[in-house]
Order: sequence, then structure tokens, then C-alpha cells
Amino acid sequence: MATLTHQESATAEYLELSPKTRRTFISIIVAGVVVLAIGLILAIMNVGGHEAAAAHGAGHAAGAAEHHEGSPLWLKRLFVSLWHNNVFFVGVSAIGTFFVALQYVAYAGWSVVIKRINEAMSVWLLPGLAIFLVVFFLGRHDLFHWTHDGIMTKGSENYDAIIAGKSGFLNLPFYLIRMVVYLGIWWFFTERLRKISLEEDLNGGTEYFHKSINVAALFLVLYAVTSSMSAWDWVMSVDVHWFSTMFGWYVFASWWVSGIALTTLTAIYLKQAGYLKYVNANHLHDLGKFMFGFSIFWTYVWFSQFMLIWYANLPEEAVYYNQRLGGFNGAYTWMFYFNLVINFAFPFLVLMRRDAKRQMIMLKIVSIAILIGHWSDFYLMLMPATMKGDNGFVIEIGVALIFLGSYLILFTKRLAQASLVPVNHPFLDESVHHTT
Amino acid sequence: MTKRFALGIFDDEDVLMHAIENVRAAGVKIHEVFTPFPIHGIDDALGIERSRLPIAAFFYGMCGLAFALWMQIYMLGFDWPMIIGGKPHIALPAFIPVSFELTVFFTCHGMVITFYTISKLYPRWRTPVLDVRSTDDKFVMAIELNENSDLNGLSKLLRENGASEVNEKEMTKN
Repeated sequence: MATLTHQESATAEYLELSPKTRRTFISIIVAGVVVLAIGLILAIMNVGGHEAAAAHGAGHAAGAAEHHEGSPLWLKRLFVSLWHNNVFFVGVSAIGTFFVALQYVAYAGWSVVIKRINEAMSVWLLPGLAIFLVVFFLGRHDLFHWTHDGIMTKGSENYDAIIAGKSGFLNLPFYLIRMVVYLGIWWFFTERLRKISLEEDLNGGTEYFHKSINVAALFLVLYAVTSSMSAWDWVMSVDVHWFSTMFGWYVFASWWVSGIALTTLTAIYLKQAGYLKYVNANHLHDLGKFMFGFSIFWTYVWFSQFMLIWYANLPEEAVYYNQRLGGFNGAYTWMFYFNLVINFAFPFLVLMRRDAKRQMIMLKIVSIAILIGHWSDFYLMLMPATMKGDNGFVIEIGVALIFLGSYLILFTKRLAQASLVPVNHPFLDESVHHTT
Repeated sequence: MTKRFALGIFDDEDVLMHAIENVRAAGVKIHEVFTPFPIHGIDDALGIERSRLPIAAFFYGMCGLAFALWMQIYMLGFDWPMIIGGKPHIALPAFIPVSFELTVFFTCHGMVITFYTISKLYPRWRTPVLDVRSTDDKFVMAIELNENSDLNGLSKLLRENGASEVNEKEMTKN
């Protein structure tokens, strides 16, 4: 029995990336580029056809009148899609550090053997900041209605009193400062916790653990505020007239459950490749419980937002769901229901049994479903506001594949930089002997 | 009905866990182990099958959900239809909170009642305590004896595996 034998001193193990793995990641990027190119060609060729359709459809005409003419459709779709994927990947990245910090503050022992995955997950923060800044500078008019010229100046033909009322928060300098501050804080704490952990690997001793707890506690306080605010900035402000006090939690819940799904998936892939010798069904069981529980948490937050708006039925609030349920000739209706099925019903029913949470194949299927589901969730948050009825999937999936491939290259590179077992963590022994 | 037990008293849970493995490996059937606190992994060591309580819980939950939906649909849709907030009589999103609560209510009450019944923890039931020290700081392994049992051999086996004392106890069940 593993629980009975006292562990021989833990040995470090290092991930070695085979050229085959690298080729797989690169082929994901290449596939993404191909899909993106096809999507762009289709979108460019389709321009004439679309305008003809717009003239006929009343919904389209209203939508077209509302958005100030910006970039051509294909470019707009590209910008929105880059933003959408970056929001998803940056958020999931930040969850890595959040998870590590949470485990420190809770004095949790079980997660020590998977800790390095979470540390490495946070690799997308700086590339994410760069992409955010570039897309914001080039494509902000396509993404954010509130950035239009004159929309906050009285007397301008674009003047919108409601948006002007938000100018104290939604103005370019403050927005950019906030963006840099959020990602700066997340990146700083990621690197700090990582550095302490790597020093612990070398030297041992409990002072690193206590230091980590202090750093983690401070990070959690800051993350609580910044995660919510980043959700308003990056996601909710595309619907600039609309607001929801649940939104910060809603976006966080989406990131959080996706982050756990990514951790689980990575742990399983590493385990199947022969690494993570201390991870067993008990650790996977706990990760499965997290996925199960936080899928329900996401649904709870989703429903809390939906039901109040549905019940009160105030026009300025209900417009959000009008657009998504039947709006733009029903462009998003199927996704609205798909979102609930794949993010709630599927993980809920599949992971309900104990056995399912302990089997790699089940966890793999559910993790992949959750990642796709929450990618679609962000799609559903961003597309109706920015693309109106002109959304599509080819460009979007192409961009997603490019992001995925690039993320995996950076992620695995960082995973390979340190031992997969934090050899001197004071709770390592507890984690190795974890039973559920 | 009177039953006889050999009781191995242990001072340490690690010693106990090893003893459970060895005693079972020697082919002795362990009746029950009493510990002052829950020990991780002891169920597996004792070879206890997993409880089927979760399956029962699922069906209690389904009952609660069905009851809640029936109640709201019948009351608000047929028995006494009222217009509330301009919504249809049968407005499913509005029923979700109540359905959720009743599902949880039925599940937890059903589970508690089932658990108490199968564990015989209902009122006036007197649970036999083989050694009161198992509620304080001792770990007690009970092995049921019959006419053919070799008490000396058993005692030796338990002591070899770290039992600090081995007692014999008769227990009358009513």
C-alpha cells in the first residue's frame, strides 16, 4: 500500500521535450495559419454578398447603422478574434498562479505534486500583455464602442451622454494604465512565487514555504480586485451601455474552471508520457472534484446573472440576452444553449460518479469539453457586442489554433525548466501519500 | 445471542495499519476496527466495500427535483394560475431556485435517514462498545471467535504485530 510505506527521499524529474512534441505544436500553429488564411479569403470574397444581405435584413441594417464604420469585416473579425483568444489565454494563465497561491494560503498538501504545472501555466501573461496592447492600438475602434472619436465630447455628432458619463473610468490613459497594472501584478507575483519555489528546490527548509504564504496572501487580495476589474475592462466594456455586477465573478468562474481543466489535462498527458510518478488516481480525483464543483459554480454565477435580468426585464439590462437569444436572426441562439449543455450538464452528469473522477479517459474528455465550452463562453460574451450578426467560426478557430500552439510551446518550455517534483516542499510527503 | 471477540489493543495508528495488513494476510477475518478518529486509507486496508449511499442520494435528488417541478407547475400553472411579473404561468427559470433547494433538501434528508437506519443509529438503540478506550486514545481491532478459534495463536499474531494487549470479551446482543 502506497499510503503505508514511508517515502524514500524524493528525486527530481525533468521534462524532456522530444522533437516530435515540438513538431506537433508547430503543426498546430501551421494548421491554425491555414485555417485563418482560408477564413480570411472566405471573408474577403464574401464582402459583396454580405452587404446585399444587410440591405434586406432589417436586423442587419439596424446593426450596421449602429456600428461606426471601421475596418473591413475580415479585419474586424481578426481583431475581435485575437482579443477573444487573448482574454481566454491570459485568464487561464493567471489561474495558474491563483491556484498555487490558493493552495499555499489554505496550507493544502495534496496539490504539491502538480504545483509545477500551475507555475508553468502562467507563461502567457507577458505575451498576452503585448498582444493586448497591439490589438488595442490597431483595432480598438472595432472592439470598443467607447473609443470612438467624439463620443464623449458634447456637441459632436457621435456624442453619447451615457458613455460620456463613464469617461472617468473608460478613457484611454486610465484604461491602458489599468491593463498594464493588472498584468504587471499578475506577472510579478507569478515570478516571485516561482523564484521562491525554485530556491526552495535548491536549499530546502521551511522559510521558503512561509515566505510563499505571505506572497500568496497578498496576491490573492490583489487578484480578487484585479480579476474582477479586468473582466469589466476587457470583456464587459465591449457592451458599453450595459452593465452587470455579477460580471467579474462570471468571467473569473469561466477562467477558473478552464484553468483547472488545463491543469488536469496537462497532468494526465504528462502522466501518460511517463512523468509525474507521484501523481495517482487520488490527485486526479481531487482535480476532478474541482472541475465538477466549479462547473456548478460557473453555472450558479451564470444563472444568478441571467435570472435577475430575465425577471426584472429592464430594457437596458435585457438587451444583453436579447442579442444572444434570438437576436441577429438567431445567430447566437444555438451557442447560448450549447454553452449551458457543455459547461454545466455535461461535466455535471459525467463527473458525478466517483469512478469517473478517477479515470484518466473521463477526465480527459471532460477537460477538453470544458476548455472548448469556456472558449465558446467568451465567444458568446464578446462576439454579439462587437461583430453583431457578422460573426463566424473559420477565422476564429484559426486564431485559436495559433494561440494554442504558441501557448503550448511556451508552456512546455517553462515546464521543462524546473524539476516537475518540487523536491524540498515541506508538504511533498503529504502529497505523495494523499488519499481521497 | 452472545458473541465472543478477541480484542487487540493498539497505541499507534501506523502500527495498527500494518497489523491490519498482516492479520488479513494471515487469513484472519477482522470483524471491526474501532479508532478514536478517522484514519485515511483504513477502509481500503480492511477491504470494506464502498458505500452505495451515493446511488441512493442520486435517486433522492431526482425525487426532490421531480417533486419541486410538479409542485410549482401544478400550483402556478393549473391550480391557481397567477401572472407574476408579466411572465408565463409556467416560467421555468423562476422555478430553478426552488427546484434546486428541494433537490438538496430531499437528498440530504434522505441520506441522513438512510445512513442512520443502515448504521442502526435510531433512538433507543444501544450500540455495543467493546472497549471504551477506543473512544479515547486506543485503537481496537475486534476479531470474532467461534468454537474452533485458536485464541493463543491469535493473541500471538496480534502481539507480534504490535498489539499492546489482547483481551477476550463477550458481547450480548439484544
